[in-house]
Amino acid sequence: MAGGEGNALLTALAAVVLGAAAVYAVRAAHDWSDERIAANERARVVARLNSVLEPALRGRDLTTTVLAVTDEALLGTGEPVDVFVLTDRGAPMATVFASVAPHGYNAAIDLLIGVAPIGTVTGVRAVRHRETKGLGDAIDIARSDWMLQFETKALTSPPPERWAIVQDEGEFDAISGATVTSRAVVAAVKNTLLYFEQHRDELYTRAAEAAAAAETNEP
Amino acid sequence: MTLTSSRWQEATAPLWRDNMALAQLLGLCPLLAVTTTVVNGLALGLASAAVVIVASTTMAALQRALKPAARLPIALLILAGLVTVVDLFTAAVFYDLHGALGIFLPLIVVNSGLLAHAENVASRRSVAFTFLSALATGLGFLLAFIALGAVRELVGHGSLLTGIELLAGDGYRGLTLELPYGGMLVAILPPGAFFGMGVLLAVRSHLTSKRAARDERITAGTSR
Repeated sequence: MAGGEGNALLTALAAVVLGAAAVYAVRAAHDWSDERIAANERARVVARLNSVLEPALRGRDLTTTVLAVTDEALLGTGEPVDVFVLTDRGAPMATVFASVAPHGYNAAIDLLIGVAPIGTVTGVRAVRHRETKGLGDAIDIARSDWMLQFETKALTSPPPERWAIVQDEGEFDAISGATVTSRAVVAAVKNTLLYFEQHRDELYTRAAEAAAAAETNEP
Repeated sequence: MTLTSSRWQEATAPLWRDNMALAQLLGLCPLLAVTTTVVNGLALGLASAAVVIVASTTMAALQRALKPAARLPIALLILAGLVTVVDLFTAAVFYDLHGALGIFLPLIVVNSGLLAHAENVASRRSVAFTFLSALATGLGFLLAFIALGAVRELVGHGSLLTGIELLAGDGYRGLTLELPYGGMLVAILPPGAFFGMGVLLAVRSHLTSKRAARDERITAGTSR
């Protein structure tokens, strides 16, 4: 049973009706899912924030203030980067940078880097990356412990010139078969520490101001 | 509307005999890309199956009304709407899985196999036939996704059904099977997708050639 030659008017009508139905369906799906997707994203960020804090702070009820800062040289992107300042009754306890390692093997690597007030790294995680499966994806904590070597490191230990992988006469192990990836992550962590060193007081002041402003807005 | 048994056979052929991925070799790009684990394959296979069933059945219902030249754009319109809804739904309910599937979920829109079905079957056959055939196509594709996912996960990771909790909930975590074997890296890299696919095609072709030979003997026996 051949479908015949069709009808121009019916075709136009079908296109209009289906177009409207598609718009309506997508709109409804968007309205339904918007809040849920945002909640999923927030939950992921909170869970991830916890993962780069020092163990004693995990799960504690800290006030989190989100700042946006831009520094292409040190934070890896020309776009504003989220910086989470976690305080306990006004006292800064930790700072978490959503830094970018711009020279990943396949694309930029999005990182979360936790820094204690004294400038030591409390944790590093890859939040989003496109490193090669089975090689560079060892930066993913689900695949290997490679990221753990940054914990307790600071710009004083090892000294800045030793912040490199072993192949470049530094102190950090490289992932075998993924030298480019390893270099990119080590450089990003070092640069974030440099940024923190230069802007620590400014970040804490801005966070305190933002927290105070949020408090006066409360009814 | 009832289907005679030969029609039934024809409509269900895409399940195995004319399997979109394994026999017609269509829609291979998402198949090869996401099947690093069974669960990834299962998720994309289910999404593709749901989309082809709704899209092809709608196209079949409209077949008399549509000018042939307008069929492809209208099929794309239906597919794009459906896929966007599925994509949003997945991001809302299976957020981590959505991350794992990445771009291949939205790309179902241009899956050549689904387009071929919406164009070839839905433009000629009845609504009931198209529905059944789309169901078989979707399940056949799902079968290919699961099979390749299983082969690659077993060889590459030494496990089976890791991440099932992302799809089915935490209660099903126990379904995950871990073998005392570290896995062979190449299976989860892109070349492994082609090796795995080659093995599946060889197995399928072995099975079908055996069956064809048997059918031939039977026909020869009855006619002489």
